[in-house]
Amino acid sequence: MRAVISVIGKDTVGILAKVSEKCASVNANIVDVTQTILQDMFVMIMMVDISAINCEFAEMATAFEQLGGEMGLSIHAMHEDIFNSMHRI
Amino acid sequence: MINLHDIMETITMIQDENLDIRTTTMGISLLDCADSDISRSCGRVYEKICRKAENLVKTGEEIERMYGIPIVNKRVSVTPVALLLAASGGDPVEYAKTLERASQTVGVNFIGGYSALVQKGFAAGDEALIRSIPEALAVTEHLCSSVNIGSTKTGINMDAVEMMGRIVRETAELTAKSNCIGAAKLVVFCNAPEDNPFMAGAFHGPGEPDCVINVGVSGPGVVRAALAKLDKGANLTEVADLIKKTAFKITRMGQLVGTEASKRLGVPFGIVDLSLAPTPAVGDSVAHILEEMGLETCGCAGTTAALALLNDAVKKGGVMASSHVGGLSGAFIPVSEDAGMIAAAEKGVLKLEKLEAMTAVCSVGLDMIVIPGETSAEVISAIIADEAAIGMVNSKTTAVRVIPAIGRSVGETLEFGGLLGSGPVMAVNQVSPAAFIHRGGRIPAPLQSLKN
Repeated sequence: MRAVISVIGKDTVGILAKVSEKCASVNANIVDVTQTILQDMFVMIMMVDISAINCEFAEMATAFEQLGGEMGLSIHAMHEDIFNSMHRI
Repeated sequence: MINLHDIMETITMIQDENLDIRTTTMGISLLDCADSDISRSCGRVYEKICRKAENLVKTGEEIERMYGIPIVNKRVSVTPVALLLAASGGDPVEYAKTLERASQTVGVNFIGGYSALVQKGFAAGDEALIRSIPEALAVTEHLCSSVNIGSTKTGINMDAVEMMGRIVRETAELTAKSNCIGAAKLVVFCNAPEDNPFMAGAFHGPGEPDCVINVGVSGPGVVRAALAKLDKGANLTEVADLIKKTAFKITRMGQLVGTEASKRLGVPFGIVDLSLAPTPAVGDSVAHILEEMGLETCGCAGTTAALALLNDAVKKGGVMASSHVGGLSGAFIPVSEDAGMIAAAEKGVLKLEKLEAMTAVCSVGLDMIVIPGETSAEVISAIIADEAAIGMVNSKTTAVRVIPAIGRSVGETLEFGGLLGSGPVMAVNQVSPAAFIHRGGRIPAPLQSLKN
């Protein structure tokens, strides 16, 4: 089972570090990372394996939202299936 | 890996464009609860709903958190209560109170099925149930009621139409103190679908399985946003194609949520209802989609054509995206629930007659329209008959949900709050059709060939 963590906002020092640290704390394994600048916004998409996480996925999603709030960024963790079902036939 | 653009598109749809799953509705058959003793029958009804729907709300919330997509409503629809009343007799309001209690126990925000199917005539229980609708909707908060008064196969039961005009008025009168809210929970159908997940018209048809999960999607905001990004010079073929693609994506969400809910609840997945259901929220309006296509205001000439294109494209996109499609499936045009429709009606551009024409090419019918309190029962019956005739002849579902604003007239507004929104009182042609309505009898079923 995998999830997509999306980070959108103003580029600052330490975004990747803080998000990775949170991933490690819930035991989510980072599989892939892409980042780019879209219309002056920093956008990072992280694919993580959530099969061995140490909490409920919902708790993890909430934790990332809170982290986003603290850092002034929009951070969402969403199950991979939602993207697959919408964009793959 | 899924590409960045696709991921951003999904996130934008949910965060900024109001994409949500409008409802997961559990259909529950109550046929096995029927008993000749009404209190025993009510006891079984309560027990079965609470048993089947025990985890409905909790499961819905879990899925919301798992996928990060809001599921706005969790609801229950049941077998038309008139069928139970046929066996038990007694005071039908007992069933209304039982359903209300069950809805509160399981935590759903609406329960539908206080219904009767009388398209060809009244069987035992039907008439008593219909007469009890005003009281039932006045003493309950979450109960929804519907009556099917016609179909393409049977024609229109004009005795029932005559009765429903009075019932709609009485329902509004009994709830006049709370903004006539009762009438907002009562729908009169022609060709009612048996698997509709949307309220107020949801009921669990006699041909349905014991228990089933149906899903209604939404997303007018997503379609409007997609059209806004389209080149202004794009022709209507390109517009239709874009709507199809967007509808496909929206419907895939419904399919995903329905499949997951069905798996978790251990209940078969019924259908996805491919509907564009607006809410009063800014940016979630069907009228604004039509305006994005190039109409100055919804209701002007061209509205019916634009709506026909929209409705057809939504179905074409959605059908491919889901394994079973059903319910009402199409664009909804409930006036009080759609910010663009409200604005158009207030400006006087959108009128009842135009709305009637629009219902010939889209889902449902005259929906959430506030009419003057002085409107007579016969005029309401005649509005129902007109709308049913459109449905009957075109082999489509049509419905009437009008709210007589008791004590108010054109220019005033009725506030319902929440998803039901608020609506300006719209002008109604008050010339009397009474003699026609009082004839009663049936309008014969139409010929379905030799259409030219």
